[in-house]
Amino acid sequence: MACDWFKLVGAELVDWFIELIGVFCPRDCGLRGRTEVMEESSEEGNLRAVGRVVLVLSGKGGVGKSTITTELALALQHAGKKVGILDVDLCGPSIPRMLGVSQQEVHQCDSGWVPVYADPQQRLALMSIGFLLDDPSEAVVWRGPKKTALIGQFVRDVAWGELDVLLVDTPPGTSDEHLAVLENLRKHRVDGAVLVTTPQAVSIGDVRREITFCKKTGVKILGIVENMSGFVCPHCISLSLSVSLSLYLSLCISLSLSVGSVPLDPLLAESIEEGRDFLQAFPESATYSSLRAIAESVLTRLQD
Amino acid sequence: MADVPTDAPEHCPGTTSEQAGKSSACQGCPNQTICASGAAKAPDPAIEEIKLKMATVKHKILVLSGKGGVGKSTFSAHLAHALASDDSKEVGLLDIDICGPSVPKIMGLEGEQEYIYSGWPGGLEDNLAVMSIGFLLGSPDDAVIWRGPKKNGMIKQFLRDVDWGELDYLIVDTPPGTSDEHLSAVQYLSGAGIDGAVIITTPQEVSLQDVRKEIRFCQKVQLPVIGVVENMSAFVCPKCKNTSQIFPPTTGGAQRMCEELGLTLLGKVPLDPRIGRSCDEGKSFLNEVPDSPAAAAYQTIVQSKPVL
Repeated sequence: MACDWFKLVGAELVDWFIELIGVFCPRDCGLRGRTEVMEESSEEGNLRAVGRVVLVLSGKGGVGKSTITTELALALQHAGKKVGILDVDLCGPSIPRMLGVSQQEVHQCDSGWVPVYADPQQRLALMSIGFLLDDPSEAVVWRGPKKTALIGQFVRDVAWGELDVLLVDTPPGTSDEHLAVLENLRKHRVDGAVLVTTPQAVSIGDVRREITFCKKTGVKILGIVENMSGFVCPHCISLSLSVSLSLYLSLCISLSLSVGSVPLDPLLAESIEEGRDFLQAFPESATYSSLRAIAESVLTRLQD
Repeated sequence: MADVPTDAPEHCPGTTSEQAGKSSACQGCPNQTICASGAAKAPDPAIEEIKLKMATVKHKILVLSGKGGVGKSTFSAHLAHALASDDSKEVGLLDIDICGPSVPKIMGLEGEQEYIYSGWPGGLEDNLAVMSIGFLLGSPDDAVIWRGPKKNGMIKQFLRDVDWGELDYLIVDTPPGTSDEHLSAVQYLSGAGIDGAVIITTPQEVSLQDVRKEIRFCQKVQLPVIGVVENMSAFVCPKCKNTSQIFPPTTGGAQRMCEELGLTLLGKVPLDPRIGRSCDEGKSFLNEVPDSPAAAAYQTIVQSKPVL
């Protein structure tokens, strides 16, 4: 494991430093350097016991990638699976709050970073840059290369242990973070991606671009979730906001890719806000059924 | 800024990056010696070129949010429409969301092919010019899979090479986050000067926690914050006109955040499904449903002193 000095200065600077002076740590702690970390924990090292890896993607921001990742993870956990979440949204890490673990810290072990567990039985693990910031309001103002380097560390140096499924929550777009995840998982494999959209044409348009990204990078699309698919006014019980339902359906039919729709549910929004397990709190709701069905659909497609 | 020369290898960190000439990707690059010597780190001449280009632009406003999907592009587009409704004003709208350009769709310009490269006149109405990478893509399904340095190069071109002409306002719509696009916009416009940023949020803490980071970013780069707009504040049912809270302000919403940080709350816009519909159809919501509470909120914000 690299000594703390290397981790402190940041991965990007470390690569440059190693190339200049070799692998000797300036603190004379021995032949401990980043290169050696890469040799010791090979690309497979910490991912050795990880089963399936699923990316959660959307070209569009704010459609609910992190919410769907969180609920999918909880659904899989309730179904008896061991689940990990890797949050590579470095500028806007939402998942620690959604799982109610934003106050926790990351510790180190011989194999690397120990993920934060959201449950006492340690069946739901999470790694996010959110745990590495002293101040939650601190902005991570990094350009692409530095983000790429940290994501590489997240993939290699988190001691996930045994997992059935590792979900990777991503920021919107098709840029550095997405390429970094795919490159670093090259030796392990990426089993597929779940894409998230909302009914609006603006979202569907960006998701079409994300589909192109998946095709170009050889990532299998497990399905498309339509989030915020409609809102039932509690006063008059009329349905609103399903603006372009036909767009989602025609997209899914053309690609045989639907996994399900999730309505806009203020109870889900509140649970997410407060870091509560929505599935445990509201098992009678229609939203619960939708989320369970999506989790089952994803598991089925992973077996294909 | 990180520039990528045309003969650079695939993972070029950019000529002005700390790693220029020193990263493993630089091996074999014809520019490696120049970059490693630090010669490429001189101030980018583009800053001065953009300063000259922007001399005819009176006001430059960035529309930011740490969070995605809060309505930055919707607000940018409608701010541009509202300002351009005064025929005596010339308005420009620049979309620097390279991976997810929403502006062409929202402005009803998707598929427009008349925006040629050199000079790039742009144009919607006589006094409203629009530029986005969306106009340069062959198909709406084309994905722009670019790393930071290449995105930065595009933004530089948008600012330096587009024939903006004389503008009263240039509105710059950004993607979510605090990364390459935001740093580049601020740095390339550092010579020309930016009036400030309008920050968009929604009421929930999940949004506010990202928006606070954006505000910190503005402080770090010394970008004045004109004010904050709280979007999707409450849902007004189009049928029964009752109000519901879809996105609960569990920590006091934008109001409390503005009080804590000493910022101006420019206004709150309710969630009206007709806004989404207008955006999907590429029409101005302010024209389509002018007497709705949301349109009234927009007009108040747009006409407010801090923005003008």
